[in-house]
Amino acid sequence: MARLKVENLTFSFGYQTILEDISFELKEGEVLSVVGPSGGGKTTLLRLCAGLLDRQEGTIENSFATQAIAFQDPRLLPWLDVLDNIAFGLKARGVPKAERLEKAREIALRFDLEEEDFDKFPKELSGGMSQRVSFARALVTRPDLLFLDEPFSALDIGLKRELQNHVIELIESKEITIFFITHDLMEAIRLSDKILLLEPDPGRIVETFAFDLPQKERTDEWVYTQTARLLAHPKIIETFELELK
Amino acid sequence: MDAVKKIVRDFPAFLWGGWGAIAAIFLFIAAWDVGNQFYGDMILPSPLDTFANLLKLFEDEAFLQNLSITVDRALVGFALSMGVGTALGLLAGFFVTASITSRPIVTILMGMPPIAWIVLAMIWFGMGDATVEFTVFVASMPIVFIGALQGTRTLEDKFEEMADTFRVPWTMKFTDIYIPHIFSYIFPAWVSALGMAWKIVVMAELLATSDGIGAQLALARSQLDTETALALVVVMVGLLMVVEYIFLEPIKREVEKWRD
Ligand SMILES: Nc1ncnc2c1ncn2[C@@H]1O[C@H](COP(=O)(O)OP(=O)(O)O)[C@@H](O)[C@H]1O
Ligand SMILES: [Mg+2]
Repeated sequence: MARLKVENLTFSFGYQTILEDISFELKEGEVLSVVGPSGGGKTTLLRLCAGLLDRQEGTIENSFATQAIAFQDPRLLPWLDVLDNIAFGLKARGVPKAERLEKAREIALRFDLEEEDFDKFPKELSGGMSQRVSFARALVTRPDLLFLDEPFSALDIGLKRELQNHVIELIESKEITIFFITHDLMEAIRLSDKILLLEPDPGRIVETFAFDLPQKERTDEWVYTQTARLLAHPKIIETFELELK
Repeated sequence: MDAVKKIVRDFPAFLWGGWGAIAAIFLFIAAWDVGNQFYGDMILPSPLDTFANLLKLFEDEAFLQNLSITVDRALVGFALSMGVGTALGLLAGFFVTASITSRPIVTILMGMPPIAWIVLAMIWFGMGDATVEFTVFVASMPIVFIGALQGTRTLEDKFEEMADTFRVPWTMKFTDIYIPHIFSYIFPAWVSALGMAWKIVVMAELLATSDGIGAQLALARSQLDTETALALVVVMVGLLMVVEYIFLEPIKREVEKWRD
């Protein structure tokens, strides 16, 4: 079984400690969310786990064979059109042109991108469209481990829901393991097996919430109830500095 | 290959979009004609006479010979500046030290008036091809250099990081990330450098050689042959316009179309 195991990870940019003594384990087939206020070090943690930053203290064991990232900023190549951007990861793997464009087209349609947008350049896309292209580019490579950094933040409710359902289907078929960053608590509750609460300055995991109910069986009502429960949790109130009357 | 097809396919639409430019040219010719009526044929021959003269020029063996000499010199100088400028610009862009050392040198090269180069080149190389080609080269090289330098300096780490997550091989990093970005800076620089080369070649010839369009222009001046002088000027400008607008502009549009 592949896994991502982080132990006693501490990381600083210069003199500023960003992450302190982080430990968790993400097993194959699980969805792990990290929630916390912005600037708390979530993206930094993701970059460390994905091997994009050099580890300083602690250990990171990542035994997944393939991985892909949908970055917080979509990072689409400005000189490639929508389809070529989606197919970029496939091209890196040497998939022939016709085949990779076909796959890109397929996933683009599933993500509600229109046929007429396929040959647009990133400069012509809205924020939500760029996010979908970036998400599609990561997913189309069928990675074992998928990193998602606030991938739905620029989407309206309907589209957000649609993509979440898409993720739930992937989870259901046990095809994928997901490391998910979000500041949307409800989204985390809907999708995750485990939620890590990251308190900033320096980033520490102050609480872990686990959910056993399979994602497919989570009704809106269940999600609302759980959200309400978490919002009343003292650690959440403290971390997000919620003012409750 | 796709890009070439696209350039060819878009070409008619591109030409059609040129009506505005053509109207502007006619307006300019009209103003020229007014100038002719004001100052007389001696100072400013009429457009009609000039174009008639120009047609005659193209039947003249000596002129065609001169034209081909001038084009040769411009192309040699330009090719040199394209090659050397691009190579040095990329080097300076990829290595910070090279970039820091090259900056004052480029400022000097850019600030040096071409006429000073011509004088120096005449001392170093005598009167002939080498002087003209050298002047064209030093005058246009900094333009290419700066284009290549900026293209390289503005490469973004975030794309490289993105590519790394997909385990993109370094050859593909070059073809899909570095080159498209850098080329969108270098190509317009090449176009400007070509324009510069074309201007400088005539100036250098006028002072330093006994053949080529520049020399013919000098001759026309000494004989007070305003009609021929003006026809030569029109040839120079016309050729550059044809090359720039008919060949280079469509390519430039294709290369830059993804930019904001
Ligand atoms: N490359 C970097 N160099 C220096 N500081 C950084 C860098 N990247 C992020 N930081 C700092 O690290 C902190 C956490 O950032 P980040 O991980 O992006 O937080 P989050 O994703 O939770 O919003 C912020 O204070 C940010 O300014
Ligand atoms: Mg972030």
